[in-house]
Amino acid sequence: MLGFHIVKRKNMEWWKAWLVRIGSILLGALVCAAVTVFLTGKDPVNVFTTMVDGAFGTERRIWSLLQGIAMLLCVSLAVTPAFKMRFWNIGAEGQALMGGLASAACMMFIGDRFPNWLMLIVMAVTSMLAGAIWAVIPAIFKARWNTNETLFTLMMNYIAIQFVSYFICVYATGGSGKIDVINPVTHTGWLPAIGGKSYLLNIIIVLILTVIMYIYLKYSKQGYEIAVVGESENTAKYIGINVPKVIIRTMIISGLLCGIAGFLLVSGADHTISRDTIAGRGFTAIMVSWLAKFNPVVMILTSFLLVFFEKGSIEVSQLCGLNASFSDIITGIIIFFIIGSEFFINYQIKKNEKEVKAS
Amino acid sequence: MTMLVQFIQRAVMQGVPLLFGSTGEILTEKSGHLNLGIPGIMYVGAISGVIGSFFYEEKVGAANINPFLAVIIPLLTSMLGSLIMGLIYCFLTVSLRANQNVTGLALTTFGVGFGNFFGGSLIKISGSSMPAITLSATSKCFKTTLPFANSLGVIGKLLFSYSFLAYVAIVVALIAGYILNHTRTGLHLRAVGENPATADAAGINVNRYKYVTTCIGSVIAGLGGLYYVMDYASGIWSNGGFGDRGWLAVAIVIFAIWRPNIAILASILFGGLFIIYNYVSIPGMGIEAQELFKMLPYLVTLIVLIITSMREKRESQPPQSLGLSYFREDR
Repeated sequence: MLGFHIVKRKNMEWWKAWLVRIGSILLGALVCAAVTVFLTGKDPVNVFTTMVDGAFGTERRIWSLLQGIAMLLCVSLAVTPAFKMRFWNIGAEGQALMGGLASAACMMFIGDRFPNWLMLIVMAVTSMLAGAIWAVIPAIFKARWNTNETLFTLMMNYIAIQFVSYFICVYATGGSGKIDVINPVTHTGWLPAIGGKSYLLNIIIVLILTVIMYIYLKYSKQGYEIAVVGESENTAKYIGINVPKVIIRTMIISGLLCGIAGFLLVSGADHTISRDTIAGRGFTAIMVSWLAKFNPVVMILTSFLLVFFEKGSIEVSQLCGLNASFSDIITGIIIFFIIGSEFFINYQIKKNEKEVKAS
Repeated sequence: MTMLVQFIQRAVMQGVPLLFGSTGEILTEKSGHLNLGIPGIMYVGAISGVIGSFFYEEKVGAANINPFLAVIIPLLTSMLGSLIMGLIYCFLTVSLRANQNVTGLALTTFGVGFGNFFGGSLIKISGSSMPAITLSATSKCFKTTLPFANSLGVIGKLLFSYSFLAYVAIVVALIAGYILNHTRTGLHLRAVGENPATADAAGINVNRYKYVTTCIGSVIAGLGGLYYVMDYASGIWSNGGFGDRGWLAVAIVIFAIWRPNIAILASILFGGLFIIYNYVSIPGMGIEAQELFKMLPYLVTLIVLIITSMREKRESQPPQSLGLSYFREDR
C-alpha cells in the first residue's frame, strides 16, 4: 500500500545510536538557529557565541550553570526509579516543593535551638519525609486500587503549590506577600560554602547521589525488581515479586530524593521558599530522565544539555530585549528532535518486498 | 440573589475555557492518547488568535475594523496554531511512537513558552507603536451578546448573557458526546482507544483515527485559550495570565468520566470552584484561607479519581490503551 513498512531493530550498536542522537540534537539546534535568526535578525554565529557566553561567560555564570545542572539532575534522579518501574510520577514538582517547604519551616521555627550541623541534618530529614509522604500517597492508591498515577501525582502538584501559597500568606515578611531570605544574618540552616563557593556542596551531594542511584538501579536486588516490574507486571508476579510493595518502596525513594532536591534548593541556594522554588524542574526532569534512558550517569549529560540551552537562550533573549520564555521555545524544539530520533534508533523503515522485486 | 446570579455567571465564564479544553482532551483520550500538551496547546491557541487580530488591527486601525473579519481572522489563526501543535504531537506519538507523557510535557513547555514569548515580545518584533497588547476593539466583537439577554431578567442573565464562543463550547461538547456514543465513527474511535489491535483487525484505520481525533481535539482545546484572552481577559494579554487552567481541563476529563455531556456541568462546577475563594470566608481566618480554597478543584478531582478507581465500574474507567503507543507488528 504505502510502499514501505516499519520493523523493529534488533539492537543498534551504542555508538550508532549516539550518532543518531547527536545528529538529532544538531538538527534541532539548526532549527533553533533558524527560529532565532528569524525572530532576532542576528546572524547565527553571533547567536551561538552569545549562548556560550550566557552559559560559560563568567565564573559566576559557570557556577550558576553547574548549580542548575545539579538541581535538575537531583530531581531527575528522583523520578528515575519510578519511571523505570513505568510509574509515571509527574508529581516531582510537588514532592520537591513540599521538601523545600519543610526545610524553610525548620529554618524559620526551630532556627537557633541546635548547632548548625545538627540543624542541617534535621532539615534534610524533615524534607525527605515531606517529599516521601507526598510521593507515597499516590503510590498506595496505585498499588491498592490501580488508581491512575499520572493524573494523581499531577493533582498533588497543585495541592502542594496552594499549600505553599497558604504558608507564604500566613508567614509573609511584612506586607510583601512573599517570604524574604530566612536568617540573613545568622545563616542558620544555610548549607555552608566550601572554599567560598556557595554551590559546591550542592554539586558534590548530587554527584554522590548520582553514583548511588546508578549502583542501586544496576546492581542491587531492588533495582532488579524495579526493572522487572517495569518490563512486565505479570512476569514480576510470576517470579514472586510483591508488586505493590515494590511500587510503594520505589515511590518512597523517589519522594525522599525529591525532598533532598527541595532541601538543597532552599538551604543551599534560595534560602527562602516561594511557589516557584522548583521552577518547573519536576517536569523538565521527566524529559531529562527519559532522554537518558533512565541511566543516571547519562543524565548528567542530558541535564547539562537542557540547562545549557536554557541559560544560553535566556542570554540571547535578554540581549535582544525579548521575553525570557524564548528559552522554553528552544528547549521544546530540541526535545522534540531528541524524542523523534528515538524512533530511528528503535525501528527501521524498509521498502516492501514487492516493490524491491519490481525494481 | 444578585450575588448568586453574578457568581453563576462568572462560574460559567470561567468554565468555558475549561470546557473547550476538556472536550478536546476527551476526544484525544478516547483515541488512546493522553495528551499532556493540552495546557501548551491552549496557550498557543490563545496567542495565535492574538497574533492574528494584532496584525489585523494594526493594518486597518482599531477604530475601523470589520466586526466579521475581526472575529473570523483570530478564530482561524487560533485554530491553525492549535492544529500545528496537534500535528506535532501526532507525528511524534503516532507516527514515531514516542512516549506520550514526555511528548505531551515537552509540548506544554514549548506551548507555554511560545505564548509568553510572543505575548511579551510581539510588539518589539513587529515594530509596532502600541504600548501593550490591548485588543479591546476585537474583544468587543467577540463579546457581542444576544440583544434581548438583559431584558429577560434573571433567566436572561443566567442563560443568554454570554458571548457566542460560550455557546459554541456547549454545542461542540454535545456534538462530541453524540458522535462518541451514538455513531459508528464514535464506536470505531472508542475501539481504537480501548484496543487498537482489535480495531485494526476489524479493518479500522487506527492511525488515521488517532491523527484526526487528536488534531480536532487540539483545535477545540485551543479555542478555550482564544475565549479566555478575547472574552474573559477583554483582549488584554498578560503573560502567565491563563495560568494552570489547562491542567484543570485535564482534571475535568477524569471528573466527567470521559463524557463530554458531563464535562459541560463539570466545567461550570470547576469554574465555580476556581473563583469560589472570592465569595466565601471562614470566620477567624483572613485572606490566607483563599489559598486553601484554591485547592478545591484539585482535591475534588483527586477524590473522583480515587472513587472511580475503587468502584471498578467498566463504564467509568479510562480507555484501556490510554498512554500506550500502538505498533502493529508488535502483536
